[in-house]
Amino acid sequence: MSEQVEWVYTEKVKDHFMHPRNVLIDDTGYAEDGKGIVGNIKCGDQMIVYIKVDKEKGIITDCKWKTYGCASAIASTSVLSEMVKGMKLDEAYHLSPKHIAKELGGLPEHKIHCSVLGDKALRAAINDYYKRNGQLDKIQKEEARLVCQCMNVTDEEIERAVLEGARTYCELQERTKLGTVCGQCREEAEELMKKYIKTHFGEDLKVCL
Amino acid sequence: MSSKRIYLDNNATTPVHPEVKKTIIEAMEIFGNPSSMHSFGREARQRVEDARQKVANFIGASPEEMIFVGSGSEANNTVLSIIACSSSLNACIFGERSEILTTKIEHPCIMETAKCLGEKGVGVRFIDVDSRGKIRMDELRQILTDRVRLLSVMMANNEIGTIQDIKTISQMAHDKGILFHTDAVQAVGKIPVNVKDLDVDFLTISGHKIYGPKGIGALYIRKGAPFCPLIRGGHQERGRRAGTENTIGIIAMGKAIEMRTLEMREEEKRLLEFKALLRKGVEDNIPDVRFNGHPADCLPGTLNVSFEGAEGESILLYLDLEGIAVSTGSACASGSLDPSHVLLATGVGAELAHGSIRISMGRETTQEDIEYVLDKLPNVIRKIRDMSTVYKRSYAS
Repeated sequence: MSEQVEWVYTEKVKDHFMHPRNVLIDDTGYAEDGKGIVGNIKCGDQMIVYIKVDKEKGIITDCKWKTYGCASAIASTSVLSEMVKGMKLDEAYHLSPKHIAKELGGLPEHKIHCSVLGDKALRAAINDYYKRNGQLDKIQKEEARLVCQCMNVTDEEIERAVLEGARTYCELQERTKLGTVCGQCREEAEELMKKYIKTHFGEDLKVCL
Repeated sequence: MSSKRIYLDNNATTPVHPEVKKTIIEAMEIFGNPSSMHSFGREARQRVEDARQKVANFIGASPEEMIFVGSGSEANNTVLSIIACSSSLNACIFGERSEILTTKIEHPCIMETAKCLGEKGVGVRFIDVDSRGKIRMDELRQILTDRVRLLSVMMANNEIGTIQDIKTISQMAHDKGILFHTDAVQAVGKIPVNVKDLDVDFLTISGHKIYGPKGIGALYIRKGAPFCPLIRGGHQERGRRAGTENTIGIIAMGKAIEMRTLEMREEEKRLLEFKALLRKGVEDNIPDVRFNGHPADCLPGTLNVSFEGAEGESILLYLDLEGIAVSTGSACASGSLDPSHVLLATGVGAELAHGSIRISMGRETTQEDIEYVLDKLPNVIRKIRDMSTVYKRSYAS
């Protein structure tokens, strides 16, 4: 009976979920050329991507990963690790969540944010590679990063709110509506506020009145 | 996919009891409108009233104190809506009392309705629970004031199984002249429930949680308690719930309750044994686990457990591939980004809430089922932890 009922995800997702490729179970002794970590377990997913690079050709020769997350997060990282092998760094750098979702035969709407983490982790790993090899000029500024997924507030908007005068989390909430739904991004948002307030004004984050 | 299928999600819904199935098929013949005076109508009426009697008897109520509704959610919405009732309607005058109190671990149909009433100007407060999911009595005592009209506390929690001391809580409410409602959807049919003993004003029951069909529920309304209908425009259920009666559902629910009378006691013992077996098996074979809820005051068949470094949706889906059906408190499975509000209310951190699964056993659960789960679960957790970014301890291989 169970075979007749469609699974929650596509067959491709199921295959990668059941048989994840290129997992790095033990990272001791794996001499990666670049490593990127993104996500937060409090939000339900976190990924680490490790890459090895052919320095002459600028090609990714190996990609391994670890993921804490749901089936689509696991499948996204797994399929990504296959996609990037043999890929030029520039090309890999511009992989988008759409590419990953397409490769998986599609993901449900509310699961797209799981695949967002995959390409971010890869970019972080490539940036790490550039850093290790003194190619800082190649590191592209990350686009605005979504902090509050419920209300679609990015780190850039948090920075802007700080520049416009927000000094407490509550003031940030008033301006951006960040954290007004599930509230899970509070810690991350406060960390970012601290950083921006320190950088721009040399002050500390204040507590809500 | 495994050919074996083991259903351990009985708090979500239950398979229809074979005897209830027979009753449903037979009840299909009874098509008369219970409100009709002719023989067809009288036949339907009699069956509906028989069912009402059975449900009432089961919880120590009188039949005229029971109404049938479309679901547990409808019953809960009905009770909360009493407070927003216009005072021009009879028995709905509440003067200064305009607050609702409830808890942070209620079913969404209570919490959302309460929030909605809050937006309409009704005072609403949500009471905290302790780490085992028990209501904080000291806090409750403080906020039971003269302004409160209604207190609603779930009898047994659907996610963690924690059972509240309803009798004491109801007493505290009544001492202050406050109406008391309990959502007993998870309790009735699993543990003994008696409305007179508990001294409650309103109590909610659902059909599909007790091996009846979906789309039928019942609400106990203590004789003399204020009431106004949620669904108006008909004399059915003594004017307390309009709409032609769901005769098949009602008759089936009566049968389901009758079967509970016969099976509940023995089943409770069996499930407690299975739970002990399951708990020990998990403890002995899987490191870094945390059991959620109350160790003693808990539904016999419910076990909620969190696995460090493993995400719940993955656990659920790997178990599903083995033919085992459970549920999870992880955000990923719910379509939102929030993990279980119940687990968060008990102070379990977001990570452990994401890594939780609920195993809820029922009348069809066997010892072999539990052994099968214990055979599969450790490998599933290990597989997930091997991939995990956060689980640092390595398994000895």
